[in-house]
Amino acid sequence: MLHSVVPYVMCVVLFAIGLYAIAVKKNLIKVIVGAIIIDNAVNLFLVLVGYRTPLRGPAIAPIVTPEIEKSRRAVQELLSNAVDPLPQALVLTSIVIGLSVSALMVVMALRLHQKYGTFDLTQITKLKG
Amino acid sequence: MRGMTIIVKTIAALLIGFILLFGLYIILTGHLSPGGGFSGGVICAAGLLLVVLAFGADVVRERMGHNLAIVWESLGAIGFLAVAALGFIAGAFFGRFIPAHRGFELFTASSIPYLNVAVGLKVAAGLFGAFLMLAAFRESEKTREGDGEGD
Amino acid sequence: MSATQGILYLVMAFMLVAAVVAVETRDLLSSVLCLGAVGFGLSVADLVLGAPDLALTQLVVEIFSVVLLIRVMVAREDTTKEFIRDTPHVAFMGAVIMAIVIGSYVCFRAMTPFGDPPMIMGQAYMRAVEVAGSQNLVTAVVLDFRGYDTLGEATVIFAAILGCYALLRTRGRKAAHEGHDHHS
Repeated sequence: MLHSVVPYVMCVVLFAIGLYAIAVKKNLIKVIVGAIIIDNAVNLFLVLVGYRTPLRGPAIAPIVTPEIEKSRRAVQELLSNAVDPLPQALVLTSIVIGLSVSALMVVMALRLHQKYGTFDLTQITKLKG
Repeated sequence: MRGMTIIVKTIAALLIGFILLFGLYIILTGHLSPGGGFSGGVICAAGLLLVVLAFGADVVRERMGHNLAIVWESLGAIGFLAVAALGFIAGAFFGRFIPAHRGFELFTASSIPYLNVAVGLKVAAGLFGAFLMLAAFRESEKTREGDGEGD
Repeated sequence: MSATQGILYLVMAFMLVAAVVAVETRDLLSSVLCLGAVGFGLSVADLVLGAPDLALTQLVVEIFSVVLLIRVMVAREDTTKEFIRDTPHVAFMGAVIMAIVIGSYVCFRAMTPFGDPPMIMGQAYMRAVEVAGSQNLVTAVVLDFRGYDTLGEATVIFAAILGCYALLRTRGRKAAHEGHDHHS
């Protein structure tokens, strides 16, 4: 039971670290760092859900190589031992969306610094100017 | 934004061709080996990022302004929608209208290579344009700082 | 515990340590570089978990994120901000941590154990080699079986990049200000 839940627990701890950074830190850069850590934790969790333990050796990626495609039996054996392709498809788009959103956050932080002159959140929320 | 020394400029000018070629390879063979539109597009954007960092945002903005990046990104999005709408030939949006499964060739899966190219173009142009504007913004922000204080 | 799981635990422990350092250190440049270490650890973990597409993408995306953050930060001074640890913050964080612990306990009791996914739709997508004609099943799922999701994702990226353009545009307002000043 322990080996079946330890990777998930570590992933949730990573998520909690990112959440702590967003909630408690007063510097805008630290908040952005926390948001990116949360993105990474969620992507890791999705990939962990789709992992299927192979019978022996390393994990089998769901890609059919030329020498496997020659025999139908090898293809069937690959497809019954490969990891789940659906979570990987979800994470592939999620990674690039995370990059675009963090670019937008960085642009907003730049504009805030131009207007208020500081990255400190306690000064920015005083609604100066 | 200033550029870097002459060594970095020479290396960047030599490497950008290889990086774009590698990104194009990853985009085109997305259905045969790991990769696809997103991976290849981000690799191309990282290569263009190297050029922006090495030569400075001014030089790059003269050659290839962000207007051009917006045009390429929109072309990528329109291309994606066009290939998806052509699926109406086969009866559905995103339908398979090109025969598939001819082995390990480049044009085998039904509309996947064309969608890969469209997505790769979109991601690469979009990320490059956003970073170019971010690097160039520092310039005009520094010149505007005089009248920004008088608010 | 096989070698794959051993490497996975090692990489995840590295990611946790790097994340703690990234959040807690007072030097902003070190914080951003430790964020890069978290991303690299995630890329290695993807490779070990049988997802080479994701490892490739995550590697380059992490480099891009670190360059973006350094771009916005190096132009400013590298100061450290002091944080105030007062009672409402501690109570709030305690409540959030309790919620996460209870929620994850309930969730992990209901999930299948690690390494044995239910694969309800995965079994259907495994026929992608004959139906879609693509040898890479992940690309077939992203672009052929789930093309609508990719269309939505393209829209989200487009909107985010347009937001960046709209926020960073200064020429329009500056020209309008100068025109107005000339007239008045």
